[in-house]
Amino acid sequence: MVRIDASGLHYKELNETIRKLVDEGEKEIILDNVCGQRYIGCGLRGNDIKIEIVGTPGNDLAAFMDGATIIVRSNAQDGTANTMNRGKVIIHGDSGDITGHSMRGGRIYVKGNAGYRVGIHMKSYKNNFPVVIIGGFVRDFLAEYMAGGLLIVLGLETDESGNVVGNFVGTGMHGGELYIRGTVAEHQLGKEVKIHRVTDEDSNRIIPYLSEFCDDFGFSLDEILKKEFVKLKPYTHRPYGRLYAY
Amino acid sequence: MAKRRAPSEFIVERDEYKCIRCLACVRMCSYEANFYDERENMVFTDNSKCVGCHFCEAICPTDAIRVIHNPLAIKQNAHWTGEVVSDIIKQAETGGVLLASMGNDKQHFSYFDRIILNASQVTNPSIDPLREPMEIRTFIGRKPESVDLEVENGSVLLKTEITPQLKLEVPIMFSAMSYGSISLNACKSLAKAAQMMGTFFNTGEGGLHKDLRQYGANMIVQCASGRFGVDMEYLNAGAAIEIKIGQGAKPGIGGHLPGEKVTEPISETRMIPVGTDAISPAPHHDIYSIEDLRQLIYALKEATRYEKPVGVKISAVHNVAPIASGIVRAGADFVVIDGIRGGTGATPKVIRDNVGIPIELAIAVVDQRLRDEGIRHLASIVVAGGIRNSADVIKAIALGADAVYIGTAALVSLGCHLCQKCYTGKCNWGIATQDPKLVKRLNPEIGARRAANLLRAWALEIKEMLGGMGINAIESLRGNRDQLRGVGLSEYELKLLGIKPAGEAW
Repeated sequence: MVRIDASGLHYKELNETIRKLVDEGEKEIILDNVCGQRYIGCGLRGNDIKIEIVGTPGNDLAAFMDGATIIVRSNAQDGTANTMNRGKVIIHGDSGDITGHSMRGGRIYVKGNAGYRVGIHMKSYKNNFPVVIIGGFVRDFLAEYMAGGLLIVLGLETDESGNVVGNFVGTGMHGGELYIRGTVAEHQLGKEVKIHRVTDEDSNRIIPYLSEFCDDFGFSLDEILKKEFVKLKPYTHRPYGRLYAY
Repeated sequence: MAKRRAPSEFIVERDEYKCIRCLACVRMCSYEANFYDERENMVFTDNSKCVGCHFCEAICPTDAIRVIHNPLAIKQNAHWTGEVVSDIIKQAETGGVLLASMGNDKQHFSYFDRIILNASQVTNPSIDPLREPMEIRTFIGRKPESVDLEVENGSVLLKTEITPQLKLEVPIMFSAMSYGSISLNACKSLAKAAQMMGTFFNTGEGGLHKDLRQYGANMIVQCASGRFGVDMEYLNAGAAIEIKIGQGAKPGIGGHLPGEKVTEPISETRMIPVGTDAISPAPHHDIYSIEDLRQLIYALKEATRYEKPVGVKISAVHNVAPIASGIVRAGADFVVIDGIRGGTGATPKVIRDNVGIPIELAIAVVDQRLRDEGIRHLASIVVAGGIRNSADVIKAIALGADAVYIGTAALVSLGCHLCQKCYTGKCNWGIATQDPKLVKRLNPEIGARRAANLLRAWALEIKEMLGGMGINAIESLRGNRDQLRGVGLSEYELKLLGIKPAGEAW
């Protein structure tokens, strides 16, 4: 295990140090005093690598990441896990806008809330299956263009008006599944999604992820499951058929 | 009510005397326009299905077929042209957005044709490229402010650290065409030709087919708003990365590969399930500003350890000069500008034909702006959009470009007949199709040779023209607008292009 004091380091310096350590075979790195440095873990490969961040990492944390695990002890900013391929990001605070943008695999677990456009254009392919779980609430445009994977919002905290999700939920969504613990009003939905009841089969599929989420943050799974979930699914995987004249 | 059908654009004429009833035209037409009547022992054509690709004409062993225009299909009218009327009929039938392929085909956008080149006479000698060295090698990437050298035992060492560059033996690259928009054999042809000629091809935004990996040293990979097929392996596979913001044929709009075209092999490179729509959103949703663009540029540089140049491709729009300046300041190593004539596999026709500005004007204003701001050296300018021949290349460079991208011209070298029906996926020439039967018609070895021949020919012509101007390095031509003159252009257009009218001396 190596500890790096990130105070005063430019992101380029910090990330170069991290890459060098990983190249040399280091598996566990703790970063202290992180203050807004971008691109931590960007493009990082290797399943057994763990980076713990004390402080607030900057934008594009874990972008293009391919296998590592990143634990953030406080809040993360925008673009967390942008286009991530594999790996896991655990955030003990809030995460900013476009969390999980275009991610194709791996998991993002956020204990607190997340910003706008969470899970936008997530997609899955074969063994790559992205999972995002947000403990609190999220802002507008959740799951926009979502094409695959699993997104869960638990609403353990609600926004100013008592909502778990913002407006335009699932606009342009054409694949994947979205679960919301609590309720969502019809007017909050984009026109491509419909509300479904959660079946036993659905529960069995999502409970392992929820259980992992609870383990990571010390929540009680039973408590979380006490409240009902709704499921949102696109009613077609071809929202834009019959659009063109041939 | 009697329904009005869009009239046939073409007529397939068959010389009955020459036709030997081999039925090749019947079997080979992917649009099923030709058919055989056994009772009559005659081959006929349903003209309404003909797209004018001339494939049957080309393969007819007895030269019995002629595909001709149907000029009087619609009563001639300068304003309500046949195309306009046919489009209205199609939309009345379907209620849909008209699709189009290839680039804008309207004549009034070409400035290249109204720009002419200079040559030396008496006062400065011209150079004969057959006997004297002529340098057309071009480097794409950020150039340093100044160069520090150290002389040690007679050899010169470069002390300045140079950021990664692409080395082009000819200032012409193959522009972004994804596997999916064109066939694998077409991709292979261009990849191999790029390798043969020491230049680059571009994967487009559809990910990377494993057969193209071996051409990595001559490949630029694209990262577009859909992020299809973008993972670390992909980003590391090529020699450079290009962030695609826009393309000339569809500025400001996203892309949409319909589910029926996402077959097993396409699904593999795009990394999405078979049969789902591949939607590229109009903007990158992580880029809403120049600052955000900088963030992605540096995310890609961080991810690939600053080992590759990262460029940004935009379509030429009204504000292209300040946007390009922003892109350079955001840290791009090269800026790609695609003009209004830029091609595509599929785009709404109304956008292709009406949005964007001609590339000639865009090159001139971008080059000027970057020079005025003192940042021209920070990025190379690569231009695209209807480059047809070596003259267009050399004019583009004299207006201020470092290199050009060609798409349509490259496809024509592979056999494309510009029927502009790429979006149907039924290309008879094996280029814009994924149908294995059709793809086989394009031999990648022959294709590569033909595309490489084209570049070789253009390179020779460029050297001839340079020599004629008394210039022996393409670098001395870049932005050297004194070598250009305009014909039939307004004073203001000349000012924007930064050139004098023909007839005016230095």
